Amino acid sequence: MQAARDFSHYVRDLGSGLSHLDLAVEGVNCAGCMSKIERGLSALPNVTLARVNLTDRRVALEWKEGALDPARFIDRLAELGYKAYPFEPVQAEAIETEQANFLLRCLGVAAFAAMNVMMLSVPVWSGSVTDMIPEQRDFFHWLSALVALPAAAYSGRPFFRSAFRALGAGGTNMDVPISIGIVLALAMSVAETIHHAEHTYFDAALMLITFLVAGRYLDQSMRRKTRAVAANLAALKAETATKFVGVDEVCEVPVAAVRAGDIVLLRPGDRSAVDGTVVDGQSSIDQSLITGETLPAKAGPGTAVYAGMLNLSGALRVRVAATSEGTLLAEIGRLLENAVQARCRYVQLADRASRLYAPIVHAAALLTMLGWVAFGASWHEAIVTAISVLIITCPCALGLAIPAVQTIVSGAMFRTGVLLNSGDAIERLAGVNKVVFDKTGTLTLPELDVANAADIPQDVFDLAGQVALGSHHPVAAAVARAAGARTPMAGVEEVTGQGVRGVFNGLEVRLGRPSFCGVEELANELLFRDPECSVVGFRSGDARHVFAVRQNLRPDAVASVAALRQYGIDVEILSGDREPAVRHAAGQLGIHQWRAGVTPADKIARIDELKQLGFKVLMVGDGMNDAPALAAANVSMSPSSATHLSQATADMVFLGDRLAPVVAAIEFSRKALRLMRQNLWLAAGYNLLAVPVAIAGLATPLVAAAAMSGSSMLVVLNALRAQRRDRGAD
Amino acid sequence: MEVLVFLVPLALMLGLIGLVAFLWSLKSGQYDDLEGAGWRAIEDDEAERETRAQ
Repeated sequence: MQAARDFSHYVRDLGSGLSHLDLAVEGVNCAGCMSKIERGLSALPNVTLARVNLTDRRVALEWKEGALDPARFIDRLAELGYKAYPFEPVQAEAIETEQANFLLRCLGVAAFAAMNVMMLSVPVWSGSVTDMIPEQRDFFHWLSALVALPAAAYSGRPFFRSAFRALGAGGTNMDVPISIGIVLALAMSVAETIHHAEHTYFDAALMLITFLVAGRYLDQSMRRKTRAVAANLAALKAETATKFVGVDEVCEVPVAAVRAGDIVLLRPGDRSAVDGTVVDGQSSIDQSLITGETLPAKAGPGTAVYAGMLNLSGALRVRVAATSEGTLLAEIGRLLENAVQARCRYVQLADRASRLYAPIVHAAALLTMLGWVAFGASWHEAIVTAISVLIITCPCALGLAIPAVQTIVSGAMFRTGVLLNSGDAIERLAGVNKVVFDKTGTLTLPELDVANAADIPQDVFDLAGQVALGSHHPVAAAVARAAGARTPMAGVEEVTGQGVRGVFNGLEVRLGRPSFCGVEELANELLFRDPECSVVGFRSGDARHVFAVRQNLRPDAVASVAALRQYGIDVEILSGDREPAVRHAAGQLGIHQWRAGVTPADKIARIDELKQLGFKVLMVGDGMNDAPALAAANVSMSPSSATHLSQATADMVFLGDRLAPVVAAIEFSRKALRLMRQNLWLAAGYNLLAVPVAIAGLATPLVAAAAMSGSSMLVVLNALRAQRRDRGAD
Repeated sequence: MEVLVFLVPLALMLGLIGLVAFLWSLKSGQYDDLEGAGWRAIEDDEAERETRAQ
């Protein structure tokens, strides 16, 4: 039974009789898909716009209001071979888009002004050796001022704002010396123009702004792309609930449209998208995403249900609770809040560098001025020389040194399947020397798999897979998946709470509880050897088999843990699951430090203890119970299958079934930190060469322009090296 | 040299036109999907494809 789908929550009314809907589409990655989708959707009647955004992997749709059911779009896309999901536009994303457009406007204005002022500067520079008369030079200087002042006031705003904010908070950051440099360069140039002097620095100030805004825009657009993909992932998880709209009438609605007090239906095999209490029905539920516990628990009227729980056997009716009512959630929320507050503010490398850099440079400028006066120069001459020291040391290279590396590394991480949530995560990740893993869903795959597949004859396996397709139970689904079954056996009947049975070649075939199939002995034997697996019995005529179904380790877990060790990183497991299950996984991975049955509060306590011992801790976890620990650790990662809360808390999200992205992210971040340091040294080295020239009063605008663009190129080229992985690339 | 009085403002004006064009293209959303825009340029036109299909 397919419930009616209600997408009205996502549809935006544009006015003038048009409706708008954004869909996240899976598998759009080439020009062919783009035109196929656009043509396919435009062919629907009354559609006025169907446009694919290849960068964000989304499609925007507009149609005449009420003329079309939005579900038609999703069906049409399914016909074309694409999975699409309605997508909730997030406020944060709109702000980011606005920010990106603001930076682009600043970049456009700065680049326009820089080019035109340079065009005016070149005649002045070459005029000084030919026959340009002072009046013409003054005319060119005034024109430059006319272009440069409004342009700098407009396009320098990203730096001025951030500098004011830092100063207002009583601190300093990289934008403070940048702003001082820009403002002083412009002020001096205006003063020099008034005094008919030979040198002005309008072009240098504008070039500085152009380079820095370009760097900032690239950084921003990389982060925006990551954020868009992360938001798509959230949409692809299809967070819908089946809500009762009448006594026995249900409708599929997005979770955001469910209110406290609503009754929703949880079918066997459904993952709950809401928190609430069971009002009707009996079932067993898998709460591994919430607590890490892999053994199913009984559920009946009165049982609390949390978002992320998997319903295993019977249909449940759940009354939706307001989030704060759930005791477990309230507890996790409280811990999470404390952990976020306790998180010490990490001072970024760029800000640390600017704390060192600004006083030194400003002191050098001051000493230059005093020195020149002491040696008998006029105050005017001394001030001009001092400001030229500030301009030439202007943190052009310094301002690009770190953002350039960050942009390129976050791009490289993106391609290996790691999405960055926070900008300084790269730096924090580079210092990690201890990784704490959650077990369920992190070291193991979130889906169940058949553990003893090798012991079962192929024909039995195939047959069992076909029978299993007749059941919604997740354990049966695991058998079907492992067998690669596609076609369900005809006439299979489900016996509630027991299993499924059908007829094959005149013999009865059964799959389900061991008692249902008469294989208790075999099952007990298996359970004795591997106590934390679930067993499924299978009987076909007289042949009897037992499948051991369990969460398997991620395919490269052993290799990844070994790789982490090679980097000198300790590995530890903190799991909410029972001891035998954790012991087994730890044994397979060769991890000696592990704790089982850990509560969210215990996880935080252990992480704080590790931090106190001087470890820099990376926490990797997916469950709701991991969220506080993710916030408490120095840096954190979640798989893309994690709960919403964990993903939002983690600094990074990694995609796919493998743990390799975790190792790759650490590798990349270490390399990035090395390159950032190198870039800072390059910038410092450049200043060591340029500053004496400026102090001696030999810096002309031409020298400043050449030196600044040269050093910026150098750090950007060095940052490009971050794309390559050192070793073990795959 | 008097010609500068015309040429320099003219040069600035041309630059300004470029800037205005850039700001317009930004506002009309032409920088929203840089990856897709690259592919659209080499796509066959809608009309052309239909005539070929017939």
